[in-house]
Amino acid sequence: MQGYLAEYLPILIFIAIAAGLSLVMIVASMLTARQRPDSEKLSPYECGFEPFEDARGRFDVRYYLVAILFIIFDLEVAFLFPWAISLGTIGVFGFWSMMFFLFVLTIGFLYEWKKGALEWD
Amino acid sequence: MTIELALFYLLSAVTVGCAVMVIASRNPVHSVLFLILAFFNSAGLFLLLGAEFLAMILVVVYVGAVAVLFLFVVMMLDVNFRRLREGARLYWPIGALVGVILLAELILVTGGWAFAGGFETAAPIPSDPSITNTEALGRVIYTDYVYLFQTAGVILLVAIIGAIMLTLRPRGTLRRQDIAEQVHRRPQDTVELRKVDTGAGV
Amino acid sequence: MTPAPLLDLMPALPEFLLLLAGLLFLVIGVLREGDGVRLIGPLSALSLVIAAAIILASDKTAADTFGGHFRMDAFAAFLKVLIYVGVAAAILVSQNFLEDERIARFEFPLLALFGALGMGMMVSANSFLALYMSLELQSLSVYVLAAGHRDTLRSTEAGLKYFILGSLASGLLLYGISLVYGFTGTVMFDQIGSLLRDENASLSSGALVGLVFIAAGICFKLGVVPFHMWTPDVYEGAPTPVGAYIASAPKLAAMGLLLRVLIDPFGAWVGQWQQIIVFVAIASMLLGAFAAIMQTNFKRLMAYSGIANIGYALVGLAAGTRDGVDGVLVFMAIYMVMTLGTFACILAMRRQGSYVEDINELAGLSRRQPILALILTILMFSLAGIPPTAGFFGKFYVFKAAIDANLTWLAVIGLLSSVVACYYYLRIVKLVWFDQAAEPFDLPLRPAIGAVAGISAILLIVAVLAINPLFASAGIAASAIFH
Repeated sequence: MQGYLAEYLPILIFIAIAAGLSLVMIVASMLTARQRPDSEKLSPYECGFEPFEDARGRFDVRYYLVAILFIIFDLEVAFLFPWAISLGTIGVFGFWSMMFFLFVLTIGFLYEWKKGALEWD
Repeated sequence: MTIELALFYLLSAVTVGCAVMVIASRNPVHSVLFLILAFFNSAGLFLLLGAEFLAMILVVVYVGAVAVLFLFVVMMLDVNFRRLREGARLYWPIGALVGVILLAELILVTGGWAFAGGFETAAPIPSDPSITNTEALGRVIYTDYVYLFQTAGVILLVAIIGAIMLTLRPRGTLRRQDIAEQVHRRPQDTVELRKVDTGAGV
Repeated sequence: MTPAPLLDLMPALPEFLLLLAGLLFLVIGVLREGDGVRLIGPLSALSLVIAAAIILASDKTAADTFGGHFRMDAFAAFLKVLIYVGVAAAILVSQNFLEDERIARFEFPLLALFGALGMGMMVSANSFLALYMSLELQSLSVYVLAAGHRDTLRSTEAGLKYFILGSLASGLLLYGISLVYGFTGTVMFDQIGSLLRDENASLSSGALVGLVFIAAGICFKLGVVPFHMWTPDVYEGAPTPVGAYIASAPKLAAMGLLLRVLIDPFGAWVGQWQQIIVFVAIASMLLGAFAAIMQTNFKRLMAYSGIANIGYALVGLAAGTRDGVDGVLVFMAIYMVMTLGTFACILAMRRQGSYVEDINELAGLSRRQPILALILTILMFSLAGIPPTAGFFGKFYVFKAAIDANLTWLAVIGLLSSVVACYYYLRIVKLVWFDQAAEPFDLPLRPAIGAVAGISAILLIVAVLAINPLFASAGIAASAIFH
C-alpha cells in the first residue's frame, strides 16, 4: 500500500465496521423476527391517525437561492485551503492573487446583500 | 497492492451501479441519494489515485452542497416523475444506440493506445512525495495558473448575479431591521399616557 | 522559446479593464436600484468601445502572458474589436425593449459585458484550460440572459434548453480535452502543436478521439448541424435583444476558438479534421437553407439563416489554408453586421406597444416606412449574397478558398444552398415592397435601433469600397495562427 494511503486505513476500517454492523442489524432482524407485513403496517406512521397528505411538500424557490449562494461561497472556501497551506512558498504574488479573487467575490457578496437575497422575511 | 486493487474494483463497481440507479430508480429522492453514494465512491477512487484534495472537495462540495441543492430542486419541482418517464420509453433505442457508439469509440481508443511522440518532453510536473497533495496544488494554482484561478472567480461572480437575477423576487412585505431607528425610539414617541375618568371609558 | 511572463497585464489590458468596469458597474447598479439600466447600459457599451479602441491602438505583435495561457496577437485583436463593438451595439438596441417589456434590470447589460469578457478571453485562449474557463464564463452569462424574461414560459424554456444542452456540450468538450491531455501530456496549444508537427510522431488515436469531442463541443456553441437543435428555440424564446446578442458576437468568439484550435495545435492533422468540418458545413448549409423556407417567425428564420451562414463560413475553414481562414474572418465580420442589423429591424416591428415577430407583419412596409423598408431590403440582399452588398464578398472569399484547395464540389453545394436560401430572403423583400399594406408599426423609430439598423445597412453597401483593406487586415490576423 502506498505510503499515504496507510493513513486512510482507520477510515477504511471505520467504514467496514459501519457497513458490517448495519448489515448485521438488518439481516439479524430479518432472520429472527416474524415478518407478517400488511398495508396498515407498511403505511407511514403519523401520530396514530391516517396520513392525510403526501410527505413530499413543495419547497419555496427561496431555498434554492440560499443553496446556490452557499455552493458559490463553499467553492470560494475550497480555494482557500491549498492557499493557506502553501502561503509560505508562493510568497507575495500568491497572497495578492488570492486577495484579488476574494475582492471579486466580495463585490458579489455586496451585490447579494444590497439586493436583499440574504433576507428571508 | 492487492488491497488497493480490490478497493479499486469495489469502489468503481459501486460507482457504476449507483450511476445506473440514479437514472433507473422510480423515486427522484432515491436518485439523489444514489448520486451521493456515487460521489462518495468517486472520492474513494480519487484517493486511490493520490488526488487527496480533489477527493475531499468532492465530499465537501458535491455531497455537502450540490447534492443538497439537487434535493431542494427535486422537492421544489413537484413533477410527476412517472408521467415524465412514460415518453422515455420511446427514446431508449436511440439512447442505447448512442451509448453503443460511444462504447465502440472507447474500445477503439484503448485498442490504439499510443502516446504522441515526444510525450516525455511535455510530461506534466511529477508529483513530489515530500509534500502533500494539497500543498502541491497550492504551489501552482495561485501563481502558475493565476489566470485560470481569477477566471474561476469571475465565473462564480456571474453565477451569483445569474442566480439572483433569475430567482429573487422582491417581497413588498419585507420588514427589515433598522437598528439605528430601533435604538432611537423613545418612550414619549410611542407611548401616550392619558388620564381616564373613572367609569367613563377611553 | 522564452517562457511567458506570469503577470504582464499589457496584453490583457482591455480584458482587465472590462473586468474592473464590470465590478464597478455591479456596485453602481445595486446602489442605484431604480434607474440602474439607464445608466449601466450606455456605460457598459462605452467601456466595450473603449476596450476595442485600446486594441486598435495597441501593438499587434503576438504576446503571451499569464504563463502562456493568454495570447494577444493580430488574430485575437481582429476578432476582439468586432466582438466588443458587436456587443456594444446589442446592448444599445436592448435598452428600449427591456423598458417596454418591464424587465429593465441592470443585470442585463452587465451580464452582456461579462459575456463579452468571456468572448475576448475565448479568442485569446492559448491552452485548453483557458479555452474551457473562458467558454464557461461566456456560456453562463448567455444562459442567464436567455432566461432573462423569467415570467414568460418561452424565455425560461429557452434558457433551460440552452443550459442543459450547453452543459452536455461542455461535458463533451471536457472529455475531449482530458483525452488530449492524457495522450500528449500537456494542455498548452504551442506544445501540442510542436508535438504533433514532429515528423516522428505517430498518430495517437486517443488524441484523435479527443479532437473529435473538442470539435463537437465547439460546434455546439456555434450552433451547426448536428448540434443545432437549440438554436431556433433559443432565438425565438429569448428576449429579442438577447437573440441579437446570441446570434452575433458569441458566434464570432466560438469561430475564433475553432479556428485557433484546429489551425494551431491540430494544424498538422488537417487531413483528420477536414472531414468533420466538411460534413458539418454541408449539413448546416443544406438544413439552414431548406428548414428556413417553412418559417413564419422572423427570429426562427434568422436562427436557420444563422445555421446556414456558419455552414458557409466553415467551407472556408474546410479548405485549411491561410486564404480560407482569411475568408472565414471576413465572412464572420460581415455576418455579424448583417445579424445585428436584421435583429434591430425585428426590434422595430412594434405595433401598438407590443412587439410582433411574424414576417407577414412586414407586408407593405415600404408604403409607411420607406427608409426602414430600404434598410431591411439591403440586409436581406446581403444575407442572400447578392452583389454589390457585402454578403456577396463574404461568400465569394470562402468559396474561392475552397475551390483553390480542390474542394470545388463543396463550393458548388454551398452555391446551390445559397440559391435556395435566396428564396426566403427575397420573399421578405417581396412582402415589404409588393404586398398589401398591413397596419403601420409604431413611430417614431427608436434612435438606438434606427442607428444600428441604418449603420449596418450603410456598412454593407460601402463594404464594396473597403473590402480590400478588410481582407488585408483579416489576412494579417489569419497569418498569426499559422506556424
